[in-house]
Amino acid sequence: MQQPLVELKSVSKYFGSVIALKDVSFDVRPGEVHCLLGDNGAGKSTLIKVLAGAHVPDEGEILVAGTPTRFTSPKDTLDKGIATVYQDLALVPLMSVARNFFLGREPLRKTGPLKQFDVEFANRTAYQQLSDMGIQLRDPEQPVGTLSGGERQCLAIARAIYFGAKVLILDEPTSALGVHQASVVLKLIVQSKARGIGVIFISHNVHHAYVVGDRFSLLKRGRNVGTYAKNEITRDQLLNLMAGGKELVDLEQEIAKLGSYRKH
Amino acid sequence: MELEGTDERLRKVPLLSKLLSRPELGAIAGTILVFVFFGLTAGSSGLFSAKGIVNFLEVSAQLGILASAVSLLMISGEFDLSVGSMIGFAGIIIAIPPIMWGWPVWASVLLAFAACAAVGYFNGLMVVSTGLPSFIVTLGSLFMLRGLTLGVTRGITGRTQASGLHEYSDNDWITPIFAGQIFKTPIQWLSDVGLIEKRADGLPAISGIPVSIVWWIVLTLFCTWLLTRTRFGNWIFASGGEPNAARNMGVPVARTKITLFVFTAVAAALFAAIQVLVTGSADTLRGNQKEFEAIIAVVIGGTLLTGGYGSAIGAMFGALIFGVVQMGIFYTGIDTDWFKLFMGATMVIAVLFNSYVRTRAMRSR
Repeated sequence: MQQPLVELKSVSKYFGSVIALKDVSFDVRPGEVHCLLGDNGAGKSTLIKVLAGAHVPDEGEILVAGTPTRFTSPKDTLDKGIATVYQDLALVPLMSVARNFFLGREPLRKTGPLKQFDVEFANRTAYQQLSDMGIQLRDPEQPVGTLSGGERQCLAIARAIYFGAKVLILDEPTSALGVHQASVVLKLIVQSKARGIGVIFISHNVHHAYVVGDRFSLLKRGRNVGTYAKNEITRDQLLNLMAGGKELVDLEQEIAKLGSYRKH
Repeated sequence: MELEGTDERLRKVPLLSKLLSRPELGAIAGTILVFVFFGLTAGSSGLFSAKGIVNFLEVSAQLGILASAVSLLMISGEFDLSVGSMIGFAGIIIAIPPIMWGWPVWASVLLAFAACAAVGYFNGLMVVSTGLPSFIVTLGSLFMLRGLTLGVTRGITGRTQASGLHEYSDNDWITPIFAGQIFKTPIQWLSDVGLIEKRADGLPAISGIPVSIVWWIVLTLFCTWLLTRTRFGNWIFASGGEPNAARNMGVPVARTKITLFVFTAVAAALFAAIQVLVTGSADTLRGNQKEFEAIIAVVIGGTLLTGGYGSAIGAMFGALIFGVVQMGIFYTGIDTDWFKLFMGATMVIAVLFNSYVRTRAMRSR
């Protein structure tokens, strides 16, 4: 079995008296999609921030390619090949696709004593990278605001891959998308995996996760309550775990009761 | 190669829709409209004689210098309401030391630039570090600078203006840079062949092109290059469009904004240097309302008030409209009281038009 690209070992994170994460172990290997599932408040966001270098864990350690590492900043994490695509995508809607693609890492070309932003290279590269991922742009100079939600998500992912991400952390990449748009993003996740990238796919949508995932970890109240390989668990079992089968049954009974009150 | 196919697709974008998504479009259309209007109503009044053209270009140039810098600042999502007071402030710094203490003019000009840059830096730092809207921070600077200028000037000279600077500045090497004229020989020649009208005494109606017009064009080209062809330009757009996204991508948003506040302040000092060295006097009230005129020019030029979108070329056309209308009203003999009404209405129409164009551009898939 391959060595994990990044691994958390018994990581805990506290905010004052709140236990946000407790003894969470989690890893992702090259060419694997590891889904992190959990309800709101389960600790997903905290876990992402620990992985992205925005939070320093209070206990436990982080290993990058087997070496214990301390992330000093999100920039440092990015330099180590771990890219996080947040829900807001870090895109500027009024700016062109190409300008967004190279935002903060603009390609420069020397013209005499001046260093200029190489617009042609940016346009060509952004167009090529996106078309390699199956996104056909009308024009690399069109504003990002004219792209659909799925295309924007793909742009953010393509950008991270182009700039050398070995691990991609995707925060709810499909949650705001329609069926068709979500399928475009899911295809891109599979493509990234085929390139040997380790993908951490955070979601509360089991249907999306099950299609592309190789392993599934379930986060509940700050704890990892289980990691399963795809052949160990069915979609329905996962759904039940996720929703908390018993809670759903209780809810159904409660709703039935409410309905019967109305009648009388 | 694969790229050939790529290029083919790129050309499929219709030219018209590409044009319609340019921020400058409204300002260019407005410029044509204004020229046609005054061409019909003021055609014979001398507005479009060599002298008239230089007159309105000079008005446009001074405002345009300010507007080019303000456009960058506004694209980065900030305002500077203190530029008007800054002009009065810089003018006084230029005029008083030579008149009162015998400083060489070049030294007082450099001091004015340095002082304005410092105020701009302070404005920028305040905005970035407090997170307060720049509208409020620079509104404070507007009043503080005006008050400071008045107080200091009256304290030193006993009056609110300083005149008679020509005596000191005429022989200073720095004067031609801000108040000189160029193309004197070609103008003389054009006049000799009859392309430029002559005055009664036989000299050409204009002796040269004021250097402020050169400053205006050079500065506009520089700002356009900065915006569209440099890394810093990308940061300006991103800082105004979505500062959080920009920060997440490693763009130094704070530094970008502070730099633009300094740049705007330096443009105000340039405005003051030109004005003071051309007229030979400074007044504490100079530059009054220039901050709004600059904003009007920039907004007519298609720059979004909320930042993230705009152009320096557009601001140049905005300033041109301003100059043509101001001088056009003067030449046609319409009461100049109507000028502000006209400019205000022009701005509102421009904003409506620009916002229509932009929604259109953002909708097109």
